[in-house]
Amino acid sequence: MDFVIALLGATLRIFTPILLAALGETLIERAGILNLGIEGTMLLSAFSGFVVAQLSGSLWLGLSAALLTGILLCVFMGLLSVTLGLNQHVAGLGITLLASGLALFSFRILYGGSSTPPSLERSFAQLALFKGTALEPIFSQYGITYIALLLVPILGWLLMHTSFGLRLRSVGENPEAADIAGLNVYWVRYQALIVGGALMGLAGAYLSLAQLGAFTHGMVNGRGWVAIAIVIFGNWQPSKVFYGALLFGFLQALQLRLQAQGIPLPYEALLALPYIITIIILALAGRNASYPAALLKAYRREGA
Amino acid sequence: MPIPFLSIKNLSKRFGSLSANEAISLELYPAEVLALLGENGAGKTTLTKMLYGIYQPDEGELILAGSPVRFRSPADAIRHGIGFVSQHFSLVPSFTVAENVVLGREGSALLNKKVLNDKVRQTAEHFGLALDPTSLIRDLSVGEQQRVEILKSLYRNCQLLILDEPTAVLTPQDVDKLFETLRNLQNQGLSVIIITHKLEEAIAISQRVAVLRLGKLVGVEQTQNTNAKALAKLMVGRDSVPVTRNEQHHQEKTTVLAAKGLTVKDKRGLTTLDNVTLELHAGEVLGIAGVAGNGQTELVDILTGMLKPEKGQVLLAGKTLDLGNTRAFEVAGVGRIPEDRLKGVIADLSVAENLTLEHIPQFSKTGHLNAKAIRQEAENLITTFQIKAKPNDKTRTLSGGNIQKIILARTLSKNPSAVIAAQPTRGLDIGATNFVHEQLLAQKERGAGVLLLSEDLDEVLRLSDRILVIYGGKIVGEFMAAEAELETLGLLMAGSKDVAA
Amino acid sequence: MLRLERGSAPLWLRALLPIAAVLITFLLVSLAIWAAGANPLDVFYEMLIKPLSKRTSRLEILVQATPLILTGVAVTYAFAAGYYNIGAEGQLYAGALMGALVGPKLTSVPAFFAIIVMLLAGFLGGVLWALIPALLKVRLKVDEVVTTLLLNSVIVFFISALLNGVWRDPISGWPRSPAIAESAQFPSIISRSRVHLGFILAVLALLSLWWVLKRTRFGLELRASGLGKEAARFMGVPVAKTMLTAALISGGIAGLAGVSEVAGVHYYLIDGLSPGYGYTGIIVATFGGLQALGVAIAGLFLALVDTGALSASRALGIPAYLGDIVQATLLIVTLAVLLLNRYRIVRSKPMRKAP
Repeated sequence: MDFVIALLGATLRIFTPILLAALGETLIERAGILNLGIEGTMLLSAFSGFVVAQLSGSLWLGLSAALLTGILLCVFMGLLSVTLGLNQHVAGLGITLLASGLALFSFRILYGGSSTPPSLERSFAQLALFKGTALEPIFSQYGITYIALLLVPILGWLLMHTSFGLRLRSVGENPEAADIAGLNVYWVRYQALIVGGALMGLAGAYLSLAQLGAFTHGMVNGRGWVAIAIVIFGNWQPSKVFYGALLFGFLQALQLRLQAQGIPLPYEALLALPYIITIIILALAGRNASYPAALLKAYRREGA
Repeated sequence: MPIPFLSIKNLSKRFGSLSANEAISLELYPAEVLALLGENGAGKTTLTKMLYGIYQPDEGELILAGSPVRFRSPADAIRHGIGFVSQHFSLVPSFTVAENVVLGREGSALLNKKVLNDKVRQTAEHFGLALDPTSLIRDLSVGEQQRVEILKSLYRNCQLLILDEPTAVLTPQDVDKLFETLRNLQNQGLSVIIITHKLEEAIAISQRVAVLRLGKLVGVEQTQNTNAKALAKLMVGRDSVPVTRNEQHHQEKTTVLAAKGLTVKDKRGLTTLDNVTLELHAGEVLGIAGVAGNGQTELVDILTGMLKPEKGQVLLAGKTLDLGNTRAFEVAGVGRIPEDRLKGVIADLSVAENLTLEHIPQFSKTGHLNAKAIRQEAENLITTFQIKAKPNDKTRTLSGGNIQKIILARTLSKNPSAVIAAQPTRGLDIGATNFVHEQLLAQKERGAGVLLLSEDLDEVLRLSDRILVIYGGKIVGEFMAAEAELETLGLLMAGSKDVAA
Repeated sequence: MLRLERGSAPLWLRALLPIAAVLITFLLVSLAIWAAGANPLDVFYEMLIKPLSKRTSRLEILVQATPLILTGVAVTYAFAAGYYNIGAEGQLYAGALMGALVGPKLTSVPAFFAIIVMLLAGFLGGVLWALIPALLKVRLKVDEVVTTLLLNSVIVFFISALLNGVWRDPISGWPRSPAIAESAQFPSIISRSRVHLGFILAVLALLSLWWVLKRTRFGLELRASGLGKEAARFMGVPVAKTMLTAALISGGIAGLAGVSEVAGVHYYLIDGLSPGYGYTGIIVATFGGLQALGVAIAGLFLALVDTGALSASRALGIPAYLGDIVQATLLIVTLAVLLLNRYRIVRSKPMRKAP
């Protein structure tokens, strides 16, 4: 029983940054943009959050810096792919490479190559719910985890029950129709990027300001790519994206536990599983995958 | 006399040297349906695009409810009560009817689905449109989707509704329902413009018919005072065929190319080509006359090897061709001129590459390109067909006429036994047009069969020995060109049934 | 009035664009250097000029350039055919894996044959790893960008499982594969240097790229498929087959890059064998304009940047990650600058064509 409780607690800890990133990517993809800049965006956000928190001594300033970094990088993605209409996947990869390079370069400049990585004196504290019950170990989580959990229904509602969501989905499905209906397709796409970028920034902040209280090179370690897979797995719906992130977090936590117990198992198989499932889903759905219809397509008015 | 909702005064629009609309004046009254009739290129689309703010007129003005207005954009036109339903629907397939209707006009940041659905339902009921606001667009038939488009305009309080060829995509049953809807709108006091080339429909639905020819308004008739024949005459603009025609009658009738029972269904399951059978003889030009969108594109795609039909076969000199295999068609000896010349060449390849890619096996016996042979072939074709370019020029830099010459050169130089020429002169200037005509006639003299598909009726009449009329995906008439009467042709092309063909 | 119009840029402009991209890139990167408290000119000197002045560092550039040119060629084959292979990284590892599996077993085979077996194994590994997304694309129209990207992580996990499982050195505990046979190691081709047979392989790959794209029927059909699918089909090109073949060649050459790192540099397979060569290959291909000569120049240039960034970091204390920033900036700037390729500057009044 203890094993299960500990496992569930670890699952939530691991799944938080992935869920946040995947939710951000969901919004952006629903507006018609595949943002492969996600991996680098998370790393640079984690870094800027860490630096600002470290220099100012304020976690909240650090958090703001991380959010701002996420937003700026996604707006940059918009400049390249929405305004200039560049190839989305190459532009996104470029942003990942650039943001990662900037983060690691600046980290080295600020902190040198010291063997003991610098850490924050104080990182975000955990918030325990259900105190004194058996559930307490599961719900001793960082505040950001609870925010992430709340965001699942909120974003689902935002997408389906507000004019913002309606407009966002329309530019991802049929930008011509949105344009004819009098919407500014570019601006709506930028809005999606801004909100999505904030979520990616929050994901980065979770890693450096809450979970680790430090910054390390490999701290994102492919979580961005996992998020991309989970968005597909979750069929571009926040609720299903939640299950995808949960499954991934669970597999990862299970893997860590089993490893810690010294059970000989190719635990990497568990890590690779979400990727393989996603590819199988894509293969089964084929053309019928419910991709936002205008994904990867820059919008240009006819004749423009 | 009621006060017009919109007055069009001396509206003109030019594109370069082409006068698309010339001093058009027309009044649109509330509670009436006006049919706008004309051949392809008569200027119907240009006129309506000016009414909808897509084009700005060069001269003239619009007077709305007594005061002059300018529409700078579609959004501007919508604000002034103009609605437009184009042939290409702009709907989001994964959205509900209500979501599509309210998009951009949600009224508040929060969507109260129940309230919005009710509002949309009320609007639909008010105008007698049978639609469920909660159904998804992708589950709707084409006719229902069109109703959603109409509803979008009505939801935005339009007073004038313009429909561009609304019946082109509909089944006969849906056409009846559409007309019922339009009568409803008329009874509610709306002004409706319906663009059509189908005479019967114009007569069935309208109170007045305005006829455009070559950019000019040639007549406005009260529908009850006119008939199909008179309108056809106005539309085509002459009683008899004025052009000189090749009177030679070829004696022997060897069939070079035969199509049997070609049938195509589109994605929505509508039959776009319906059991088409035709025979192309050696030494003749067989013209296909018809208004755009009646199955010509599908026919061309099949006969050029691009499309595999649901049913039917194509034979060249008695041998069946592998349908949907472009190389098989080319190798067998079908000369192919595509409908859209930019889909026949690759703009970023060189002229030499575009001249030879179609026959590339001849220039690469072992897989290695014979650069010398390619260059020589390119230079020969450039000289023979007077293409203004060098072999290494990027094709992107060439004019439309020279691009068309590339296509003609590479396919006609191989002496094909049948030539499929689709819209061979669309958008070309007179010089280039004459050149293309000469080349096609030379093929005929050589003994090839030439199948000519063109929206330009004059071109069909001038070049053809025999003419087939296509309408609604079917061949509806056959004439020897010398005996063809323009009026009959016009009636058949417009789908009129009271003609004995 | 001057304005931009769609069309083809004149030749002088097209030749100038890559140079403009490099200049803009270094201008932007100067900001980062300046922010780091160093003099950009000093850094650029250390980074771009100094490595060229010494024999050892000149040769080291060739070692660095080997995987970059190979992945650049690999990506070019795919991109030129309109197949967006983001999976060169994974295909590289697949090739390296095959090499590491076969290599140790070649102890009693003469070097000549051992090396040929290694090359075949690497190529085959890359082809197999590229096969899944390529088939999904051609048969089921599944977008290749996401599938190739995800498969990169899958193979890294798989190799990691081997390294931490059956391959873990029982004594030292090091996660690395058994060493390949001596006969299977790529010989050095220049004395007193680390330049190995892989560089010749890279040169051959470049020549093959040039020859295939410019001189063969397949290459013409490949370019046609990439530049205009529908028109290519109209002219009789078997587009799906061409795209599939291009994707597999791309995977195979990326696999060669992997086996060349195993057999030419490390002699066994380790975690982090590639610091992202597959992704850098995308930069090489894009900056190289999807042409053999361009890829050669881009590969050497990026290798210079990599090597130079290391020596600049040693000499001036500027972090070597500067090289990554230069490369990423170059990719983004190149993409933006290439937009100009589609326009020409005209001096006239606007005139609209009839619709």
